[in-house]
Amino acid sequence: MEKPLTQNIGADLKPASLADYEESGGYKAMKKALKEMTPEDVQKQVKDSNLRGRGGAGFSTGMKWGFVPMGENAPKQKYLVANADEMEPGTFKDRYIMEGDPHELLEGMILAAYAIEAPTAYIFLRWAYKKSEEALRNAIKEAHNKNYLGKNILGSGFDLELYVHVSAGRYMCGEETGLLNSLEGKRANPRAKPPFPQACGLWGKPTIVQNVETLANVPHIIAHGAEWYKNLSKTDDGGTKLYGVSGRVKNPGMWELPMGTSAREIIYEHAGGMHDGLDLKGFLPGGASTDFLTPDHLDIPLDFDSVTKAGSRMGTGTMIILDDRTCPVAMMANLEHFFAQESCGWCTPCREGLSWCAKILKAIEAGQGQMEDLDILKQHCEQLGPGNTFCALAPGAVEPLQSALKYFREDFERHIKEGKCPYK
Amino acid sequence: MLSEAEMREIEEELSHSPSKQAACIEALKVIQRNRGWVSDESLAELAEFMKMSPAELDSVATFYNLIFRREVGRHVILICDSVSCWITGYDNLVAHFKNKLGIEPGQTTSDGRFTLLTIPCLGVCEHAPAMVVDRQTFWELTEDKIDKILEDFK
Repeated sequence: MEKPLTQNIGADLKPASLADYEESGGYKAMKKALKEMTPEDVQKQVKDSNLRGRGGAGFSTGMKWGFVPMGENAPKQKYLVANADEMEPGTFKDRYIMEGDPHELLEGMILAAYAIEAPTAYIFLRWAYKKSEEALRNAIKEAHNKNYLGKNILGSGFDLELYVHVSAGRYMCGEETGLLNSLEGKRANPRAKPPFPQACGLWGKPTIVQNVETLANVPHIIAHGAEWYKNLSKTDDGGTKLYGVSGRVKNPGMWELPMGTSAREIIYEHAGGMHDGLDLKGFLPGGASTDFLTPDHLDIPLDFDSVTKAGSRMGTGTMIILDDRTCPVAMMANLEHFFAQESCGWCTPCREGLSWCAKILKAIEAGQGQMEDLDILKQHCEQLGPGNTFCALAPGAVEPLQSALKYFREDFERHIKEGKCPYK
Repeated sequence: MLSEAEMREIEEELSHSPSKQAACIEALKVIQRNRGWVSDESLAELAEFMKMSPAELDSVATFYNLIFRREVGRHVILICDSVSCWITGYDNLVAHFKNKLGIEPGQTTSDGRFTLLTIPCLGVCEHAPAMVVDRQTFWELTEDKIDKILEDFK
């Protein structure tokens, strides 16, 4: 089984040096692209590979790049931003790339910046990733010394400066336009779309914001071709995927596997199954903002379309496990407390609605709920859903809630009827 | 007054920021690194230096979880309260902290040694439960492990 993304990443997460990275074929794709390919060629190859964004939304990367104005009349200043904020609870996959193989991200960024003709790039890094910061700053220095970054890279005429920006911490910074506001030194409130960042982003210039894992795929696609990449997958979505598991399983962690691997294989083979004495009650397939799936869904392929068809979202592909001894109502109270706290407050439904949900859930969990509360929660799931708020935070926040009300309704009702948490 | 060292650090940030405001979050961090937290006086001094109004700078400062607008202890404990850490024992660990330090999350010990804060997700969910003390991350926490860690922070 080929594992291009993690081939240099050891269990100790010691960052691969530039020499290690080159020994495994690193920077060959960059040299090939700068010498033999036009920016349009790079865009086309990535589009043909069917690489879909690994940050959660799953949008086609090649198509996203295709919206950037190109050619003589395009603005000379454009930006590429690696979204390395990764603050979705339950998500920790990009950390492995940045800590274990920082040059892989750098090469992906050089190729992406070349493809959209951007001379400036940023890595927007979450504050908690201190080791990633060290590894990236060191890798940038190494790349500069070899003229893989800077002016006139390897005589190609292409310039790229790359900076690390460390966040001061807020979930909203992971939202594409919130991130841009934060880079400009503002509150990370989302911006109205259109205009989309591809045309009018950072400081009003064309900007691509791309997840770390997505960018790390690019060198391998350019080195081996779109067909090779597509064939790594078990399904129509190309490539491999970094899948992760957290919760009360025997071996929580992260594994690179073919796209479309089943949840059963990931949870029971790679994560070692549930702790002794516990059963699987449900799982969030791709981070805190995805709908619960249940043991009935263990055999669906975890790819973008299959998970959507099952009623959830692939999200980041890092699963959070709910076991049968953990109270689903309390879990929802925890999740909605997080989303309510991290709402930027910019739009009323999200600011007011999520904190109301959090309070109701806390009351139900404490045995002080009423049956009508379940209708109010359901109503919020509809009113905070897609299209009713400024950005995707609230629609994401109600995904686990709406599915918890569907699959674990009996648990909610028992809390209300018995006036206490039956799990305590 | 901003010290010369602080001004030098902020100027360094400004040198690769296309606009002065773009460096304001970094500038707040510089103040915090040097003074432990960002007081109203510090904020006003920085705002003048950054050519922003104090209200404008405060609106940025209060948005971010890691800019402290209230005084903190010598060591700041950030314990993750997000879902994976919650599933694997957050509640018990916070209760242990309360017993051990005699403070609730959001408070500082009377000797000024520790401030206990909850924080959303530290990105080490596979090693939950986790916390950060100052700049160090600790994971797979147990009560005993916490006791040993706290001893190292005088």
